[in-house]
Amino acid sequence: MNVFNPPNAPLNHDLQVKKPDPFLLRITGLEKSFRAPDGARHRIVEVPEFALAANDEFALAGESGSGKTTFLNLIAGILRADAGTIQLDGAAVSSFSESERDRFRATTIGYIFQTFNLLQGYTCLENVLLGMSFGAGADRAFAEALLKRVGLGNRLKHYPRQLSSGQQQRVAVARALANKPKLVLADEPTGNLDHKNASESLKLIREACRESSAAFLVVSHDREVLAQFERVGDFHKINRAFAAETAP
Amino acid sequence: MNLFGIVFRSLRQHALSTVVTAASVALAGGLLLTVWVAKSQSQATFTGVNAGFDAVLGARGSKLQLVLNAIFHLEASPGNVAWSDFLDVQKNPSVELAVPLAVGDNYRGYRLVGTTSDLFDKAQYAPRKKFTLSSGEWFDPTRREAVVGDFVARKMNLKPGDTFHPFHGLIFDEKNQHAETYVVVGVLKPSNTPADRVIWIPLAGIQRMSGHDPKAATDVSAVLVKLKAGSALAGFQLDMMYNKQGNRLTFAWPIGSVMAGLFDKIGWFDLVLTLVAWLVALVASASILASIYNSMNERRRELAILRALGARRSIVFAAIVLEAATISALGVVGGFGIYAALMSGVAGILRAQVGVVLNPFAFHPVMLWSPAAFIGLGALAGIVPAVKAYRTDVAHNLAPVS
Repeated sequence: MNVFNPPNAPLNHDLQVKKPDPFLLRITGLEKSFRAPDGARHRIVEVPEFALAANDEFALAGESGSGKTTFLNLIAGILRADAGTIQLDGAAVSSFSESERDRFRATTIGYIFQTFNLLQGYTCLENVLLGMSFGAGADRAFAEALLKRVGLGNRLKHYPRQLSSGQQQRVAVARALANKPKLVLADEPTGNLDHKNASESLKLIREACRESSAAFLVVSHDREVLAQFERVGDFHKINRAFAAETAP
Repeated sequence: MNLFGIVFRSLRQHALSTVVTAASVALAGGLLLTVWVAKSQSQATFTGVNAGFDAVLGARGSKLQLVLNAIFHLEASPGNVAWSDFLDVQKNPSVELAVPLAVGDNYRGYRLVGTTSDLFDKAQYAPRKKFTLSSGEWFDPTRREAVVGDFVARKMNLKPGDTFHPFHGLIFDEKNQHAETYVVVGVLKPSNTPADRVIWIPLAGIQRMSGHDPKAATDVSAVLVKLKAGSALAGFQLDMMYNKQGNRLTFAWPIGSVMAGLFDKIGWFDLVLTLVAWLVALVASASILASIYNSMNERRRELAILRALGARRSIVFAAIVLEAATISALGVVGGFGIYAALMSGVAGILRAQVGVVLNPFAFHPVMLWSPAAFIGLGALAGIVPAVKAYRTDVAHNLAPVS
């Protein structure tokens, strides 16, 4: 059973919550290890159980190095799990081949990165169009509508370098929603933003996800970010690999 | 956005290296095209130029020298032919037309060639093409008059009514000016043959020019011979008569074969040029490889982002190969520009020096297969960086850079 926090509760106050039903995302027995330079294998992720309902919103709290990004990459299919299953939108993602995971990611998942990861040689509009290209295909009108939605309707032909950090993050948000995803993953989405921009950006992401009926899973170590979510999970407790490593 | 869109944006983003690499391909492509077409066209042109004659009769010596002297107006004459020998060949029943030529003087480097009116009245320098005038009239064989080839007229700004003093010898030397004054009475229309770069004067003009040996006043330098139609056997008989049985004269027949012999002798040079061109092509392909491969480090993040957005490995691989092929294709387009410039230069030099005309814009099969080969080589060169792109570690390269 996974662990959630009630609204505005201290992070370490774990609470048993009834499993959402139906689940959009269900993870069981997930494991991932990496080989260190010394040859030894280090388990980074060991999540016995985790679930997220459709249209749900959930924040995972964890320090740097706790395996949060690896966890998101496993869900996104960027990494392949050593063991366990990932069921997303009814599909057994963990059993997919790499190209099947790529295609699934292109159609089902939106991903927002801490450093935005916009392609510098592409305009705002092109970056958003790229978010659709590997899925259902580019829809220029929808891409423009998304950029208008995030307040960048007048920056369609600007390149990322011509935008502020906050604006770049908004392009990243539009791109993450471009393929009409069922699930939006966000990895420290406000890590490169100042306080004001972070707050506005997060609000925008959440609103946009709600409007798109996309579930939203965010990982962060920023308490101010986490405080905005009704439900927050402590990743240290969800991820047994980290708990084992830091145990006395 | 499709694969081409991704490739286009990558090329745009790396515009400088794209342009530099494409330029190296363009240089290689242009060089290869020029070598190939110039070789092919000049061989075809040199072996095809015969001024409308089948053979050249001249003093004993090299057939090639004889043909170069009498047909291309290059080289010195190997010696003189007695007037009686000219009359003999002219009377031969197999000979349709025999035109004597005399050389030995120049006007500021342009060769004066003495001949008879038969060259203009009877000879066809190409099928159904006779020499014609763009201005003035033909020379009077009894007067010191000249008809100037089109190229010489333009270069020396000569027109009917102008006068000039010939200079002795085939190489211009101001100290060797003859006393005689010649009047330009006509200018030839361009014939795109070596005749364009010659000043034509009456045969007697050369024979009796002041300072020339009076004993040779009736000799000629060579005789252009046109055999009667269907007289291939006659050519063989004359060849036997002059070259095998006689020992005073040389009968260069057929003219095309004599020139083909020259190209056979310098075939190794063609081979070297072609090899150099292909080596340049390989180096250009290697530069595509190096250019893209070296940029892979900075591109890893971009590739990882593409992958994170759902691009499959095969798409990333194909994008890099297509990018390399596109750089090659851009280079090929530029190569045609370089080819046009180089070939125009080569054609200009050949026309000025030899009077032979090459057409840079004439089609040649190399214009089809060489671009295909270059694009293929470019795509091959793209495979190595494409493999690197294919293996990009997405998760590692998406991580924030501190």
